[in-house]
Formats: sequence, C-alpha cells, structure tokens
Amino acid sequence: MSGTTVAAHVASRIAEANTHRAGALVGYLPVGFPDLETSIDAAVAMAENGVDVLELGLPYSDPVMDGPVIQAATQRALHNGFRVRDVFTAVREIRSRVDVPALVMTYWNPVVQFGVERFADELAAAGGSGLITPDITPDSAADWIATSDRTGLDRVFLAAPTSSDERLHLAADSSRGFVYAVSTMGITGERKDVDTAARTLVARLREAGAGTVCVGIGISTGEQVRQVVGYADGAIVGSALVRALADGGVAGVADVAAELAAGTASH
Amino acid sequence: MALRDQTGPDFGDYGGRYMPESLIATLDELSAVYEAAQQDPAFAAELAELHATYTGRPSIITEVPRFAKHAGGARIILKREDLNHTGSHKINNVLGQALLVRRLGKTRLIAETGAGQHGVATATAAALFGMQCTIYMGEVDTKRQALNVARMRLLGAEVVPVKTGSRTLKDAINEAFRDWVANADTTHYLLGTVNGPHPFPTMVRNFHKIIGEEARQQVLDLTGRLPDAVAACVGGGSNAIGIFHAFLDDPDVKLFGFEPGGHGISSGEHGATLSEGTPGILHGTKTYVLQDEDGQTKESHSISAGLDYPGVGPEHAWLRDIGRATYLPITDDEAMQAFRLLTRTEGILPAIESSHALAGALNLGKQLGEDAVILVNLSGRGDKDVETAGAYFGLLDGAAGEGQA
Repeated sequence: MSGTTVAAHVASRIAEANTHRAGALVGYLPVGFPDLETSIDAAVAMAENGVDVLELGLPYSDPVMDGPVIQAATQRALHNGFRVRDVFTAVREIRSRVDVPALVMTYWNPVVQFGVERFADELAAAGGSGLITPDITPDSAADWIATSDRTGLDRVFLAAPTSSDERLHLAADSSRGFVYAVSTMGITGERKDVDTAARTLVARLREAGAGTVCVGIGISTGEQVRQVVGYADGAIVGSALVRALADGGVAGVADVAAELAAGTASH
Repeated sequence: MALRDQTGPDFGDYGGRYMPESLIATLDELSAVYEAAQQDPAFAAELAELHATYTGRPSIITEVPRFAKHAGGARIILKREDLNHTGSHKINNVLGQALLVRRLGKTRLIAETGAGQHGVATATAAALFGMQCTIYMGEVDTKRQALNVARMRLLGAEVVPVKTGSRTLKDAINEAFRDWVANADTTHYLLGTVNGPHPFPTMVRNFHKIIGEEARQQVLDLTGRLPDAVAACVGGGSNAIGIFHAFLDDPDVKLFGFEPGGHGISSGEHGATLSEGTPGILHGTKTYVLQDEDGQTKESHSISAGLDYPGVGPEHAWLRDIGRATYLPITDDEAMQAFRLLTRTEGILPAIESSHALAGALNLGKQLGEDAVILVNLSGRGDKDVETAGAYFGLLDGAAGEGQA
C-alpha cells in the first residue's frame, strides 16, 4: 500500500457491523453527481448517518446494469464534465473526513483505458479499498485479479440467481471484501419486494464458501434492509439514495441513509 | 490454421465475453444450443428450407456496366442481398437465431435496430414463428427511419424509442441488454450484428457467411476467376463479414470494408471505428471503439442510421490488425452520390448503408484498372431511404431534381 492513507478493510468493517448490529449497510452514490463537491459531501453524509461501506460509482456512457434513476444521475455527471481522475479526488477527500471504507463501482472500459495497474495504484494511494465490477466476471478479469493481489485492493464480483454452483464457487473464490449477490434478475432500481431468490442465492453462496455476502438491487427502505440483513451480511442500496440526493440534496441523503441504517439495528 | 476456421470467443486480442454475471447463464445456454444445432443436420436442413422458400436464396449477382463506367472501367458485380425478403441481408441471421429460439423454448424476441432493417427482419421472424417482439430503436433513428417503424408495428412488434445517451444504435443496444437481464427466462436477445459477447460474433457470422459462399461461386461461374477485390460497408460489420468470410483464405482477393465517414474524418463527426478508434470494451466484447481518453464512448455520426455505431465486430478488429482486410472511410456525400449514380445508371435503389460500399468500389475501380473485377455486397435496398435521399437531393417539393449522374 503506497501513500499515507491506509485503506479500511471492507470485510472487517462488515464483520464489525454484524457483531454490534444486525448487519452492514452499503450505500451507493455516483461521483460527480450533481457535481464533484456535492457528491463528496453526500458520501460523507452517508457515512455519518450509518452507512458502513461506501460504494462510489464511476459514471460511464454505457451503463447496461443500471436503471433509470442511476442512468439519469451518471449521465448528468458526464454532461457536467466528470473525469475518471475525479474518483481519486473524491476518495481521498472522503477518506480524510470519515473513517469508512470506500469501494469504487465501475464498468470495466474506463479502467482499461486508464490502465489497470495505474488505476489500482492511484486508488490505493487515495485510500480506496477496491473495486466492484458489474460488467466483468472473474473468468474475464485475469489482469485485475493479478493487480488487486499486488496492491491488496478488494475485488467484489457479482453472483446471480441464475449462476451455476460452479460459477458461485468462482465468485466466492475470486472475490475479496464481499460477494455481491444480485437479488433479482434485472437492473438497478427500487422494487416493492426483494425477490425471495436473494435468500436462496445467499445460502448457495455460503455453501460455495463465500465468507461475506451482501445483497443488492431493488432495496430501498429500512424495512427491506432489516429483512436482508436477517440472512445476509449486508444490504446494498443505490437508487433510493441517488433519488434522495436528486430530490433533497445532501440533507435528503442524510435522512434516507439514517432511515435505511435503522434497518441494521439489533433486533 | 486457415483464417476461415477462426471462431470465438477470441479473435486474436479481440472478442471475449465482458458481461454481467446475470447474463452468463443465458449466454452459456445459447452457446450450448447453438453448438448442438451445428451438429444437427436437421437444423441446417430447416434453415436451408426457409432460405429457399421464404428468404429467396440464393440471392443473385448483377453485373453493373453502366455504373462501372464511372469506376475506371473495372467490372463491378453486385451481390443482391437487397432482394432478400425484408430487403436486406439481416434476414439470414434472424431466421437462424429464430430457429435456435424455438429450440431454447423461449417465446419473446427483443432486438436493437439502427436503420430498422434488423428490426424489420426480427419482427418478421416473430410474426412467422408466432413469437412476441419488442424492438429498441434510438429516438433519433425512429425519426429518420419512420417508415421502418411503421413496418415493424404493422408486423405486430412493439417499437420502443430509446431516449438515453446519444439516442441512436448504441443506446438501443444498452436498452436491449437491460431488458434481457430482467427477462432472460422467456426472452432471447436477437442481436443483429457480429459484435456483443460470445457466442454472438461467431454465430452471427456463421449465419451470414452464406453470402460470400454463394457469391464466390457465382463470380467464378460468371468470370471464370475470383474477384480482385470484395467491398462491403461496415457498421457493426455483419454484411461485410458475411461476404468476406468465404474469401479469407484467398490471398489474392483484397477485402475492403467501408466505414461511415460522416462529415469527414477531420470534422470529428463520423462513425469510422476501425479507422479512427482504439481498442476497448463495448457491449460485451473487446474491439475497436470510438472513445475518449477516459474510455467514455463517443457519439458517432452518419447519414446512414445502420452504420451509426461507435463499435465494430471483434473479427473485423482482428482482420484489420493482421492486415487481411482494409477499412476506409466514405463520407455521407460520397455515399449519397453513389446512391444516386447506381439508381440512375442501373435502376437499382441501394440502401444508404450499402451506398458506402458502392462509393468505395468507385474509388477501387480507378485504382485497380480496367481488368479488375470488384464484388460489392449490396446489403440492402433503399426504399426506406427515399425520404432521406429525397430531402438530400431536394426532390420533395415537387421540383425536378437535376442530378449530374
């Protein structure tokens, strides 16, 4: 690990949340929405209101896994001049203000164009914990696996209800930090019911040897968080927080984060 | 290994499968069903029967001497994919995949479309096979190809105008992938070109290689020899790979792909991915991409909706790098002049997409000289482009347009 900022450990922070409370809350916001400074303040507000792990999105022109709320936000960030290097600025500043680990959620091409090695080194130097990579799978990520081993960065791969047992083993063995269990077949966005498929998937992932499993996609209320942390190590919320930022600014994010975090309280 | 034997997932450094885990099981299922179908003579027989009785294959070749006079006197021969049912080469791939969908037990087809040719072909297959159909089309394209939107709706398809990003073909592909992630249990994404994650680049090429296989023999029968050059337009690259493939291991046959040069390369407003792009990952495959230094996809520009795409099939990226095929830009205006020239000299109305290949052939003829034989893939017909061309040449106000053809 280079630089003076030491990355917080995602897995240990999630474990801590499971020791003291019912589980962990992972909160997503894109960097640069509505502008760089506000996105930094909003991430800090998430951390100060009960979010255990930050997931900072890197806006990309072709986000095939994102629903309308996140698409609109990241498109706005790009329109407002977002640059990939802004992610390192955001991580560095957020980490100087709050002691909460920060993962970057990124589609793969921006990392490839920046240079996988260079991206990893800059992220580590800024105090980032690692990457969540929604559009590559471990079998297509040899260079990232090698680079994350060299730098010690976490790498979060996704697992889906349709993944075979063999592929769940691959996700479990290849991930570090946590495995991202996709709750339902679909893209990001709020849903009334988090599919029961999520409970089955988490159980299958545990059988496949996954240590830490967080569930994402469709979770938007404190009650849903409470249900999810009943069987998973953490709940991941995106669209609901992005909507809160779009509608109510940083204060809106703080309110929604606190409401979501209430779902992680011990029963 | 013969170049023709190359199959995915990798084409040299290109290709692969860069996709969300949520779609991997679906892609694996598709690969398995496709591989089984390739081993099954009944599948080939079924497709051949459809081509003979529905598509209208084999498509003919037409020599165009009056057009060729403008090409330095070289012989120019057109492969008439425009005469296929639905008006373009797209039906070759659509029928092949639709037969696979039946084997997959799925009941709904989704597809992206740019010019509407692939959307029309997919909606046609859905009608023929009794399947549901949703077509994603960039909002910009629904306006410039309004006639094809109506055709698709007449065929019973739902057409969804895509309003995100650049509102063109690349965004329609994004939207189709999002639909597929959510509905893969009932739905097949009938991808219309030789890009996307494995197995699409290989599978779509294999459904189109009949174009080159027929044409190679037809040119031999007509001229007693192989052509000196084969020309095709390249957006995603399906018609080009379809006609190139049979000639890949004929070293004396030069292969030329003509990309949309839009307002000219120097204007920055073009879709010349292989000429001006850099290697990257887009829509599930590693290939050349028009992108900025941050890896954000740039918007492409072309008068031709079907070529207006900032990526390209990975096999073309490989053929470019190994020097087997040459890719050159053709501006909007060069394409439109070729469009009018073929119409006036031969009575054949080409698609604006295919007109890029015709313009390229005019240039090639001048370089290769009088004895040269040039095979051009006339990948589609221009009926859908009458309004665009009418406006371009000022023919819509009732005044007689005076062309210089």
